[in-house]
This record gives sequence, structure tokens and C-alpha cells, in this order.
Amino acid sequence: MPHRRDVFTWKIGGVGGQGQQAAGATFAKACTRGNFLTFNYSEYPSIIRGGHGTTQVDVAPRPLTAPSAAVNLLVALNEETIQLHAAEVTHDGAIIYDGSKITGDLKAYRRHKLFNLPIGNLLQDAKLPPISANMVAVGASLGLLRYSQAVLHHAIADLFAGKGQGTIDANIAAAQAGYDHATKHFQPARFAFTLRAKPVGKPAPLLTGNDAISLGIAAAGCQLYVAYPMSPSSSILHNLAGWAKTTNMVVRQPEDEIAAIHVAIGAMFAGTRSALATSGGGFALMTEALALSAMTETPLVAVVSSRPGPATGLPTWTEQGDLKFLVNAAHGDFPRVILTPGDPEEAFAAAGTAFNLAEKYQLPVIILMDKFVSESTRALPHFTLTPPEIERGKIATASELAGTKEFARYALTADGVSPRALPGTEGGIHLANSDEHEEHGFAVESFGGGALLRQRMVEKRAAKVRHLIPELPKPVRLGPAKAKLTLLSWGSTKGVAEEALRLLPYVNAVHMPAVWPIPEHALRHALNHVQQLVTVENNFSGQFATILRGATGIAPDHQLLKYNGQQFFPEELAEKVKALL
Amino acid sequence: MTQISDYMNSYRATWCPGCGNFGIWAALRRALVDMDLPPHKLLCVYDIGCSGNGSNWFHAYGFHSLHGRSLPAAMGAKLANREQTVIAFAGDGGGFGEGGNHFLHTCRTNIDMTYVVHDNQLYSLTTGQASPTSDQGMETKSTPTGDPDRPLRPLQLAVSAGATWVGRGFADDLVGLAQLYRQAIEHKGFAVLDVLQPCVTFNHFNTREWYAQHTHKLTEQEHNPADKAKALLLAGEWNGKIPLGVIYREQRPTYEDHFPQLAGKPLTQRVAARDVGQLIEQFR
Ligand SMILES: Cc1ncc(C[n+]2csc(CCOP(=O)(O)OP(=O)(O)O)c2C)c(N)n1
Ligand code: SF4
Repeated sequence: MPHRRDVFTWKIGGVGGQGQQAAGATFAKACTRGNFLTFNYSEYPSIIRGGHGTTQVDVAPRPLTAPSAAVNLLVALNEETIQLHAAEVTHDGAIIYDGSKITGDLKAYRRHKLFNLPIGNLLQDAKLPPISANMVAVGASLGLLRYSQAVLHHAIADLFAGKGQGTIDANIAAAQAGYDHATKHFQPARFAFTLRAKPVGKPAPLLTGNDAISLGIAAAGCQLYVAYPMSPSSSILHNLAGWAKTTNMVVRQPEDEIAAIHVAIGAMFAGTRSALATSGGGFALMTEALALSAMTETPLVAVVSSRPGPATGLPTWTEQGDLKFLVNAAHGDFPRVILTPGDPEEAFAAAGTAFNLAEKYQLPVIILMDKFVSESTRALPHFTLTPPEIERGKIATASELAGTKEFARYALTADGVSPRALPGTEGGIHLANSDEHEEHGFAVESFGGGALLRQRMVEKRAAKVRHLIPELPKPVRLGPAKAKLTLLSWGSTKGVAEEALRLLPYVNAVHMPAVWPIPEHALRHALNHVQQLVTVENNFSGQFATILRGATGIAPDHQLLKYNGQQFFPEELAEKVKALL
Repeated sequence: MTQISDYMNSYRATWCPGCGNFGIWAALRRALVDMDLPPHKLLCVYDIGCSGNGSNWFHAYGFHSLHGRSLPAAMGAKLANREQTVIAFAGDGGGFGEGGNHFLHTCRTNIDMTYVVHDNQLYSLTTGQASPTSDQGMETKSTPTGDPDRPLRPLQLAVSAGATWVGRGFADDLVGLAQLYRQAIEHKGFAVLDVLQPCVTFNHFNTREWYAQHTHKLTEQEHNPADKAKALLLAGEWNGKIPLGVIYREQRPTYEDHFPQLAGKPLTQRVAARDVGQLIEQFR
């Protein structure tokens, strides 16, 4: 496999509940405080305690967009971690293990450097509770890497700032115990890797896709957020609920997803900005109301963060398996928009774009993500919170409505968009109707005028598509202008493609931050001169390739697909692409 | 001054002649005029059913939602604009069957809006199948040998789930019903009003004569609506005389009262880009 030479990869594994994710957060914060950039990636089961879980931190002097398959330093808090992950460790890498947890023979792993870290003893000596084991491991790792102790202490102090000096001190003591042990017993000078901290101004923020979209939703002026918990979307709910005092946003967890989407639609109809998030299963419950948004022409912004299905599926793993579902979700034939941000920056921007498109075109907009982009954490030195422009579309004002007797909410217009009137405004009284309706919103059923009207209303709603396509985020080219082979990504495969390109000469990629309606003109433009087109998707059937071909006739020469619950790794993708060159 | 005609439009009603829904709407218009509420200050959120069809001939802001979903849609609108009076409507099918979960949980919130259920003990728009309030044993198109299920007593559910105003009216009693509407709408909190509604076309058992014979109006001497234990009993009363009037009333903080965010201008008037620069700091 090709190797990412400019990246150092650390991974910690153990039983769920041993604090791998907190260890990863500490490791990453220590790195960013020494002017490194990181990518945190966790694999864990959908249970609170037990099961096997790992957190991996990739470290480099540059921004990282995907985790490595290869690991340079593995920390095994239990024996299973060695059994499952030793094969990932590079020949020059090492394994730190807790000897007291090992019952079997480690002979099989002797091709690696093995370091015994007696975590239990170290904790006992320092009079620290077992819960600090993860900090001992972080300390030992950074000791082996000869990293700055002061920077490590600084990171821990920042991470536990809200928890009081006692917690900070205990965690620093645990990390220091590990650090000292490594310095004394692991012969760091003979380890192939070292990390040297450099002074940094403000450390880069560490954001998941969900963090970024939470910020985006808040920045876009959302006033009411409503969501029923479901992995991997729940952290958006936690963020926005936690920030409510600062943002003045109302956050509600309703009785179910059906209520969530109706609350959002009701609020948008009344004229505020409201959003929701869920995963595929939750959105399945919302589909009838997706059609309600379409028929009543009420704006809707819904985030769907996928996990592998069908049914409950794999709650904590990743897949791009819901695209075909979302393109077709709900009964009836109506337009919708699907945005597919591939990283935190695009997720932040997508929220603003989604609200603007939803309000300007009065239709549902879905932001499709997945566990990989929702939950992976990137250090983003250049992340800027550009305040989104707020475009609310046609809303009739009180003075425009003065004297109106019967407001034509669904007036037939050239662009398919009719002015809204918000409840409370004199002169704007109308019925927003889930029944097919005439221009004032009254139900049409009789065949007489009804049939023709039905046709006109279908065409009116459909007309919006033509007008909104130029406003969709455009396909972006990654890598060199000229290439023998071009990868086509959407959503979370962007980051992996970006990293894979570094391992592949003569290859570039086109990424789509919006897939529906397919911006055909812009895509054809981006694909001009492509010699070999290869779609990269995290699903079994090549869902995007299918809809792309159906809607435009564009067909890839090859498809690279993965559907085991993991995203592609850059080295893996690069190897698959090499085989096609 | 608001007039009855302000709540009328030019669309003609499609309810069957003699349908109880006419009385329900006439009483509502009466109450709104008594309250002098202009129609643009009212939002009605409708269910799908014969009741919801009334959306076409009622002149006020309206949102004709989906079957069983009027409550959450109304909640969203109310939270967005507290200045708007919001009434959600449903049939007994939509309200207690399809939308049963929303009914229970909206009672818990005590949001400041009104829920009116047109209770004809039948699915009427779909031409007469059993509903959650059909009597056990009732023969309908879907239960030709008699409905095996026991009927719900929705007002008992409302009281126990936390609604703070619970009452029952009868479609033919215009004056009494208008008074109940007014109390329900003026109540600060979630008000549930179940209205017994003759369906002349499909319900040949619970006819207007049947309702007239089997109901009686609660008097103040008979029942103090603050008495929760008695309210629960009365809300379950069916086989003797069905009580009409205010069954339960309580003052409790509303859902909105829990949110300092909702004080001040309605959310509809606050939409603007928000500076989130401070929030990024916690991620460093
Ligand atoms: C999801 C869904 N399921 C079923 C229907 C069909 N449907 C329309 S009205 C109705 C029941 C009407 O009964 P009720 O709610 O009691 O109102 P009524 O017509 O008696 O006023 C049903 C089942 C629908 N519109 N939507
Ligand atoms: S079917 Fe029954 S409820 Fe429906 S309009 Fe006719 S009488 Fe009224």
C-alpha cells in the first residue's frame, strides 16, 4: 500500500468506556498547541460500556482530511486491541500495551517494538483512580515521542478548564506518570518518530462536521431547532441546546420525528427559521411531512446524517446509503434540494445555503451527511465563520398587503415562486393547503377547472428547479487541472479523495457539494476533458452513479464502492485507483 | 369591531346538510366575534377529515396539515409567533388515533394554544369506519360484526397527561359551545375541547337525538373544575349522562414560560444572521 509519509498516526484501543475518545481529544489538543494539525477518527459500538472501541489521531504540519489505514503508534488498553490492530502498525512503528491486561503470548507481535506500560501500578503509585488510565497512556505516548511536557499540561488544563483545578491536576499527574515512565524505560531516542512542538498563537479549532453545521445553523439565524435523538445526528442537538442561552434559540426535543418535522414546518410557515436533524431511520418517519412541505410550499431545512441501514443498521458506523432514498423520499412528484457537504467548512456553509434556498424557493432542502463527516474531528486553522447572507425570498409586507381581500398565496408566477404572507399580517389571510389547491389555497377536486389547475400547479412547483440550479454550490475540482483519471466524489468521500490525490500523480477529483437537482451544466463543465471518470461512493450499489446516469446520461468508467461500515482510507483508495491507471 | 362576516369567505361548504360541523363552526365564529379577535390574528391548523375540510370556508390564516398532525404543526407556528392566537383542529380519528402520540405529549407541554376535536365517533371522510372513540360493539364498515376495541376516554387522558383546561361541548348547543370556545382560547395554557358532533350520514347510532338525550350540562354547584379527582371521573363518564362543560382547569406555567428566549419579539421578527464568533472558542 502507498504510504502517507508526512503524517504520524496514533491510535488507542480498548473496551468501550475506557475513555479512548477523551484520550484522543487530549492528544489532539496537545498537538494543536504545538502547531500541529490533526484528524480524529473513532470507531466504537452502539453500547455505553463494553465492546471494542478505538480512537485514532492523525498528526501533520498541514490540514488533514482523512485518517490513515496505517498506524505508527498503537496503544492497547486491552489484549483485544493488539489482536485486532497490530497488523495496521507500520514496520517502524510500536505498540504500547498494558502488561497486566495481557494473558497470551506476545511473541507473534515481535516484529514491532513493544513497550509495556504498567498503568495500574503507575496509577496506584500516584494515588489516582482507574479512570485516569487513558491519561497515563497519552502521557506515555507523548513521552515516547519526546513531545513538550509543558504543552501537554497546557492542553489538559484547557480541556478540563470547566471541571475545576482538582480534575486538571489529577489528569496532569496521570499524564506525567505515563510520560516519565516512557522517558525512563522506552528509550525514546531509538523510536523512529518524534514530534517537536513549536510555538503557536491561537491553536486551531477542532471541529466535527456536526459542530460546523451547528454553528452554521446558528449563524443562519435559526430560531427554533427541533430534533429527536438519533446517531450520528444527536451532537447537533446537544450543541444547539447547550448554546441556547448564548444564541437565544429555542431548542425542543419532541415526542418523535414526525412531531419534529411538523413543528419545523409550522414554524417556517409562521415565518421564522427552524431546522431539524435526524438519521435515515428518523427521516423515514418524516417522509409524509416532506411531501407536506412540498405541497404547501413551506420552506424546510432538514439535516440527515446517515449510518449504515437498513433498519437500525449500524448506528455508530458510516455509509452513504440514503441518497436514493432522499432523492425519492415521500409520495408524489415534487422538487427538493439535497446538499452534500464533504467537510466541516462545507457543512457550515450548507446551513446558510439551505435556509436561503428553502425560503427563496419555498421547498424542502435536505443536508445529507454521514457518520464519517458528522463525527470525525479536524483541526481547521483557516476555518472562518463568514456570516451567511440572509435571503428570505418573497414575503409580502403589511403595506403591500393593505386592502387585499383574498390573498393569492399560490399565484402562478414565471419562476414558480409566489409571495408568502405571514400569519398576523392584515390582508394576507390565506389557506396553506396540503390538498391540491387553486391560487388562493382552496382545495380543487372537481374535474372542471380542477384538472387544468392541477397541471398548472404541478408545473409551477416544478419551475423552481430551473431557477435554483444556478444557485447550488458548484462542483469543485481538487488536485491538478490535467489528469489521466478523475475521481467523482459527493459528501464525505471528498476528504478521502483529497488525501488519496497526494499519493497519486496524474489523478484529480471533482467533488459535488450539491447532488440534487443535479447541476448538470456545471458538472459537465467540470468534467470537460476528463479521460477516465471514476465515482467513489460509500455504498453497495453506486447510488449517485445511478441517479447521475438516469438524470444526465453521464456514466462513470468505473465505480469504487465500499460498504463495510467504514469510509475508505486514503491509502486504500489510492491503491484501487492505481489498479485502474 | 369584528363581525361574523369577517370570518366568512366565498367558498361554499361541502358538509352534508345537517352535519354537526356546521354548529361547531357557527359557535366558533360567535366566540371569536365576542372576543373581538380579527381574523388575521388567528391561525387555524387543520387535520385531514370532514372537520378539516372546513378550512376552505373559514376566513382566517389556515394551515391544512396532514392526518393526525395538526398539533405539532400548530406548536411550531405558536412558538414562532406567540402573538398569534392558534387553534388546532382534528377529528377523533386524526386526533386520538393517527395523532394520539402528539395529543399525549402536547398535553404535557402546556403550550398556550387550543385543541378542538370534532368527535363524531367515526372516520367520516373515509365513509364510516370505526374510530378510537367508537363504542365497543359498534357496527361500522370496518367492523361489521361490532368494534372489538374499547373506546378511549380522551379527556381522561388529557387531564392525566397535563392539559390545564379540559372541556366538552355539543355541536348543537351553539350558545354553550361558544362560551366554552372563549374560555378555552382565553385560558393561558393548553386547552382541550372535545365537541360531540353528529355525523348524519354515517353515524346512525350516536345521532343528534342520542346526544341530546345522553348529555347534561355541568353546573358550578355540581363540579369545581379545580377538583382533579372528580374531573378524572367526569371525564370518563359515558354510559349514564355525558357531562358537558368545563371538566378541569388549572393554572400552571406554560411551555413558553420555561424559555426566556421567547420573551420579547416573536421569533418571526428576529431572523437575522447571528454572530457565532464566540462559540468557536470552545473548540480550540
Ligand atoms: C396518513 C393518512 N392516512 C389515512 C388517510 C385517510 N383519511 C382521511 S380522513 C381519515 C379519517 C377521518 O376521520 P376523523 O379524523 O375522525 O375525521 P372526520 O372525517 O370524522 O371528521 C382518514 C383515515 C390520510 N389522509 N392520511
Ligand atoms: S360525512 Fe358526516 S361528518 Fe362528514 S360532512 Fe357528512 S355528516 Fe358531516
